[in-house]
Amino acid sequence: MRDIHVQDIIAAVKQAAITANYVIGPDLLAAFRRGLAEEESPTGREIFRQLIENAQVADRECVPLCQDCGLMVIFAEVGQEVRIVGGEFQAALQEGVRQGYQEGYLRKSVCHPLTRKNTGDNTPAVIHTEIVPGDRLKLWVVPKGGGSENMSRLFMLKPAQGWEGIKEAVVATVREAGPNACPPYIVGVGIGGNFERAALLAKKSLLRELGSPNPDPELAPLEEELLAAVNDLGIGPQGLGGRLTALGVHILMQPCHIASLPVAVNIQCHSSRHREVEL
Amino acid sequence: MPKDVRLTPPLTTADVLPLEIGDRVLVSGVIYTARDAAHRRLLELLAAGQPLPVDFQGQVLYYVGPSPARPGRVIGAAGPTTATRMDVYTPTLLRLGLKAMIGKGRRSPEVIAALKEYQAVYLGATGGAGALISQCIREAEVVAFEDLGPEAIHRLVVEDLPTIVINDCAGRDLYDEGLRRYARTA
Ligand code: SF4
Repeated sequence: MRDIHVQDIIAAVKQAAITANYVIGPDLLAAFRRGLAEEESPTGREIFRQLIENAQVADRECVPLCQDCGLMVIFAEVGQEVRIVGGEFQAALQEGVRQGYQEGYLRKSVCHPLTRKNTGDNTPAVIHTEIVPGDRLKLWVVPKGGGSENMSRLFMLKPAQGWEGIKEAVVATVREAGPNACPPYIVGVGIGGNFERAALLAKKSLLRELGSPNPDPELAPLEEELLAAVNDLGIGPQGLGGRLTALGVHILMQPCHIASLPVAVNIQCHSSRHREVEL
Repeated sequence: MPKDVRLTPPLTTADVLPLEIGDRVLVSGVIYTARDAAHRRLLELLAAGQPLPVDFQGQVLYYVGPSPARPGRVIGAAGPTTATRMDVYTPTLLRLGLKAMIGKGRRSPEVIAALKEYQAVYLGATGGAGALISQCIREAEVVAFEDLGPEAIHRLVVEDLPTIVINDCAGRDLYDEGLRRYARTA
């Protein structure tokens, strides 16, 4: 067994929450630079220029990339030989979020669903925990904006609808999102599993490095087909018209019930923020 | 061809009437912020026959809920939020003389018709460019509904806030225009 103290978990989550909100990943920056070079629409190119400058200002001036610092999602992979000491695991993750949002001057955007009263510290985060082999603890800290989450959809298709049905669902979701969820998008698609698993797969697919091909040779060409279809919509950066409506489409797939074909589409805005930490 | 225009509120119909979709507008001077919760309160005050904390005649409203300012800073990140959520409240404010709104995302047909009727415009700022936009904000103070936190009405002084005309006084829509130009599917 390997001991991991909750204080180390709190510190790691806090730091990751802050960094995720201030610094974009090199893969995303590279995609913005490609967009600046490749977008046909002059207005679209201007948007890419602004996004690159926004990333530079955020990093240099310590201002969050976006004022919507998100609802926090944490994916945790806990090695089965890890023993958490000094307190409760879930509570430690929440405490890390609380401290990160307070000390990092991040906007608290979590409220009671009915009264709309703000919880005041951006908790509770949504936490997904998996037990895996080994003695490491891996955390993905993923603040997710409300605008793009609002435009995400779940479809329980009929098996007969097949790939064409999936494609239609993805294109329809992006069309409906239009300019509202801050394109250019990264589109996460979860296929299979069941009602809740499809949504989880869609969200998890967004963690993959942008611009990297899907490691599954069956899915890689399907992602390209979906990306082309989505970009044919012409929504473009910020919805002002252009070739690059999405920077990438990511798919995760797993087997489903013989009667079902669940498909979830998680829209990720260009402010795609996530940090990975290993303890 | 899109024009480059500078606007400083208070605005008159003569300022906004020449604007066309796609025009690049730099906004300077005093503007006000409001999101859903502030809009709801404004309409409640109106319904109760109470005075509003801000006179909207000729003013510009920015849909933003900024992140907290670090000590010594004017404001945190301050990019636009989705305007669509404000649609139900907007025609009332236009009737009170509001001349421009800054946000992101589509407006309803009712809002687009009201822009035509009351001669006002909807400007788009770059969603998700909150750090960049914060650099244009020189002053910020809460003027109403302080208990709403980031949703309180702020009075901002801005300099060259970059926007683009999405909906003009003629009822046109830049989002639709963009699709017409770039869509490859029906
Ligand atoms: S959709 Fe994304 S980029 Fe746009 S305001 Fe929300 S979090 Fe920010």
